[in-house]
Amino acid sequence: MNRLPAVILLLLMLTAGAAMSQSGGPPPGDEVRSAALEQRVSGPMELEAVDSPDDAGGAVDINWLMEAEGTVPDSLGVIRTGPSGEEELLAVLPTGTLLYRDTTPLNGTAYSYSIVSYYGGEIAGASGEVQAVPSAQWLYRGRVGMMIILVILTGIILFYIESGKKGRELYIREIAGLAAVDDAVGRATEMGKPVLYIPGIMDMDDIQTIASMVILGRVARKTAEYGSPLLVPTSRSVVMSVAQEVVKEGYIQAGRPDAYNKENINYLTDDQFGYAAGVDGIMVREKPAAIFLLGTFYAESLILAETGRSVGAIQISGTAMPSQIPFFVAACDYTLIGEELFAASAYLSREPKLLGSLKGQDAAKLFFIILIVVGVIAATIGQFWPPLESVAEFLRDLVTVN
Amino acid sequence: MRLIIPLAITFTSGMIMILNFFIPHQPFALLGENLQEWYMIVASGAIFLGSANLLHVHFRKTRLKLKNWKYSPVTIVGFLVMIVLGLIYGVTENLPFDYLFMNMVAPMGATMFSLLAFFVASAAFRAFRASNWRATLLLTSAFLVMLGQVPIGAMIWDKIPLAKVWLMAIPNTAGQRAVMIGAAMGVVATSLRMIFGIERSYLGGAD
Repeated sequence: MNRLPAVILLLLMLTAGAAMSQSGGPPPGDEVRSAALEQRVSGPMELEAVDSPDDAGGAVDINWLMEAEGTVPDSLGVIRTGPSGEEELLAVLPTGTLLYRDTTPLNGTAYSYSIVSYYGGEIAGASGEVQAVPSAQWLYRGRVGMMIILVILTGIILFYIESGKKGRELYIREIAGLAAVDDAVGRATEMGKPVLYIPGIMDMDDIQTIASMVILGRVARKTAEYGSPLLVPTSRSVVMSVAQEVVKEGYIQAGRPDAYNKENINYLTDDQFGYAAGVDGIMVREKPAAIFLLGTFYAESLILAETGRSVGAIQISGTAMPSQIPFFVAACDYTLIGEELFAASAYLSREPKLLGSLKGQDAAKLFFIILIVVGVIAATIGQFWPPLESVAEFLRDLVTVN
Repeated sequence: MRLIIPLAITFTSGMIMILNFFIPHQPFALLGENLQEWYMIVASGAIFLGSANLLHVHFRKTRLKLKNWKYSPVTIVGFLVMIVLGLIYGVTENLPFDYLFMNMVAPMGATMFSLLAFFVASAAFRAFRASNWRATLLLTSAFLVMLGQVPIGAMIWDKIPLAKVWLMAIPNTAGQRAVMIGAAMGVVATSLRMIFGIERSYLGGAD
């Protein structure tokens, strides 16, 4: 028992000693940081800065590699030095980033770039400096081939348009779907039922919708002549406005402006399946005798075409969407496949200039067929004879758009 | 003037967009961007036009008690309820607008989409009839593709899935590309016809 005060004293001394050792030494965080700075931190290397290609200027692409050895840094910084010599931290990037695009420099001004790596809040490594001068380009390098092709194509089409204008006889094969347009409208008239025209589900910035509007004008003229009601439900407001104007003009041209009913060209919804449901409802209630499905269609194509078939309508469809064509072929009486949709206007109007453009389109297609055949032969034989492989490579570059 | 102004607008806009595709330099880049933005603005404005048309058509139908008018009040009520809820509560998650959208609009859309399965079956039943040699070819290839898609195909003969892959990758891709190339030619020809004012029927009767 006599030893108890001595033990208590010893314990108190030990506790005080421990407390003193904790408050008196350096903070543990600093110890870690100091230790870390002593380690070798991986730094950026092989820095490159180049003017961003194919742009209107005002951009520099910077890329670099990281040293394989050493500790991974916390982050990376992109530093730019302007012509005045003032350094500017452009961005702090996460580790692993190997490229950065500076979109703020001025064209024609030289800038120096460097990359630094941060570790523990300190700069642990830096790359050397590289210079770049941003500038604007006058041509997309990856689109030169496409430009050449477009010029050839335009030349061929314009040549045939001129031929058409001069009155040269141009043979155009019969397109069954287009030849049936009059029959379909006539059938609707005889049955006393309306004609339903569906211009697809895309907006007016889609070329198929534009092509559809051109055909709608012809169909509207026919329905006006025959006195059949024409219903045009649309899934886009702009398409509705354009369709109203096109149909109105068709009725005026046919000399029947009184028969034009604006309410028949109406907006349903932008929603894909909401539109399909709305059009299906119109089909089932109105039982149209003729249905035109011309434009851009997606998954709703078969829903519409099968419902149209179930009400006994004669159906003429057309789209350039390859995945929807089989559905239309299976469910419709006539289908305009791909390019035939775009040929409709020329075919129906029989105007020499338009027919000339159609002939030019066919000639351009022949040009591409030859290009494809030459490419296939060159690529195949090029496997054994290298000079032909370079021909195949050239053709591949020509038609590739970057 | 009724003809010249639209044709001039079409030509200028079309040429700007073509040049914008090939020339990155200003002013073409900026003009191209501006034209696209203008289209977005016009399209956004037209949404009100569409909504006004929708309400006008269905109010008129209801008022005059035209054929099938009973569906119109449903459309009007649905339209107005969604607009009012969206304006009052906003359209973010777990709010009345979102609740109605997720529990009514989305399931109804899914219902329409699911109908596709039945329509595919009925269309396939009609299309796959061996009426002539081409239809027989179609029937055979479709049969192989369908069989190759399901486990029983491989159980019958392990080469059936390979035949399916070949059919999809070679003849099917070739056919699809042919359609796409033809359509691309059509797109170019149609665009040129419009840009150069040869195709004018989209301007209505302005010949």
